[in-house]
Amino acid sequence: MAFLNEDISKQIKGIFASMKENVNIALFLDKTGCESCEDARGYMEEMANLSERISLSVYDLVDDKEKALELGVELTPAIVLLDGENKDNGVKFNGIPAGHEINSFISGILEVSGSGQELSSEMTQRIKNIDKPVNIKVFVTLGCPHCPGAVSKAHKIALLNPNVNAEMIEANTFGELSQKFNVSGVPKIVFNEGPDLLGDQPIDAFIDAMENLSA
Amino acid sequence: MGLDFNLNGISNEKSTALDSDTLYDSIIIGGGPAGLNAALYAKRKGLNVGMIAAHIGGQVMDTSSVENYLGFESLSGQDLMHKFEEHVKGYEIPTATGALVKSLENGKGFKRIFADNGKTYNSKSVIISTGSKPRHLNVPGEMEYSGKGVAYCAICDGPLFAGRDVIVAGGGNSAVEAAIDLSKIANTVKIVHRSQFRADKILVDKLKELGNVEVYLETQIKRIGGEKFFTHVEAADKNSGKDIVIKADGLFVEIGYLPKSEIFRDIVETNEKGEIIVDTRGETSSKGIFAAGDVTSGDYKQIVISAAEGAKAALSVNDYINKL
Repeated sequence: MAFLNEDISKQIKGIFASMKENVNIALFLDKTGCESCEDARGYMEEMANLSERISLSVYDLVDDKEKALELGVELTPAIVLLDGENKDNGVKFNGIPAGHEINSFISGILEVSGSGQELSSEMTQRIKNIDKPVNIKVFVTLGCPHCPGAVSKAHKIALLNPNVNAEMIEANTFGELSQKFNVSGVPKIVFNEGPDLLGDQPIDAFIDAMENLSA
Repeated sequence: MGLDFNLNGISNEKSTALDSDTLYDSIIIGGGPAGLNAALYAKRKGLNVGMIAAHIGGQVMDTSSVENYLGFESLSGQDLMHKFEEHVKGYEIPTATGALVKSLENGKGFKRIFADNGKTYNSKSVIISTGSKPRHLNVPGEMEYSGKGVAYCAICDGPLFAGRDVIVAGGGNSAVEAAIDLSKIANTVKIVHRSQFRADKILVDKLKELGNVEVYLETQIKRIGGEKFFTHVEAADKNSGKDIVIKADGLFVEIGYLPKSEIFRDIVETNEKGEIIVDTRGETSSKGIFAAGDVTSGDYKQIVISAAEGAKAALSVNDYINKL
């Protein structure tokens, strides 16, 4: 079964043509059962076929425990985008990045491949100055048009600073986790499981929130 | 299970980035119907035009179905905007996507636009088409429970209330559409409005056919309450003169929109609603600054009207540039 129709595939192929470096999609599934795992696999296989620069590695959460631990994967399906040297830059998706999130997935691929949109040097410096470990969770639903913007900003920040990792969490797939973080509106952006922002915020708001985190 | 994909058209291979070192003829702020149509018209006139858009498609993207755009009997807001985007994409308009404008300055002979990506863009003229954002009820408890059960985007946050009981506040088209959409996901929907329905009759008829929707008209919400989360609203029932409590797990506020004009208010004149005042050619009180769509003082906020205003503003810009 094809997930991406011909039209969308063609468009994405065109977008991926601007990739500068290789990207490896590390996809984590769960053989003991995971409702959307097979869809995630099919979708990622099709994505990987759209560019010679993209490869796909499929792991099992249990069998490949060490790899999961190394990349901080606890949920399935989960996707970590690794760069040309197979290095983790803190760009993760929990749940299938379909619906509107296909946009944050594509921008994630471009960013990891080194062909993302540029920030000013001042903004970049502020991000690089963050010297404590930061985890950014961005809760989304697939029908939310404003959500990919928030996910992409979080991923961009993670790419610029090794202290930061950022993850999309699809709220419907991971209902329990969403409840734990009291998600009743998306995008909800949670920093180090504490302070949060609601809505697609300007990148300054992300940086302010990170600067204000206690070490 | 099938997956749906909502791929954005712009910001791909054909669009180039907006350049900080170029002096553009015109920069359009906002990527909704007004901004996209302005871009199309300006480019076809031969102007060197660029665009800054936080997200392409604007508010129409939040609309589940559009049935009053001429030429399209029924399609989703998103599909309509994709058609707009596809059309504009071929013109290769330099765009800063995902960027929010923080301020606009009137320089000597040109305008400077400061964006949240830290960059500054320069242009001889500007078209403001930033659109609008959901209006709040402005009652006690609203801020407190915002994001804790109180929501403003049914298409975004609706799925989080699957099988639960929700209230929709409002009586216009967007409220009735939200109630219809939510009725498919939620256990029950109560629609609460301070007066009579303003929505199109065709929508109200559709609403009334639904088995799990209850209607409270002439009912004014006075207070939003809860504990950790939203649990109820307190409202005045104007017919009986009594105060009532309506319980639910979620409250969707769909009572219209406010113009996104805050950052421009010291540079262009606005009316008492905060809308940017434009003349019949789309020009604001400030020379070289034009505005179109929901952000303006123009009456009736409709997709087709915004698109038309975008075209008009672009043609005015063309006249303005030719006279410089």
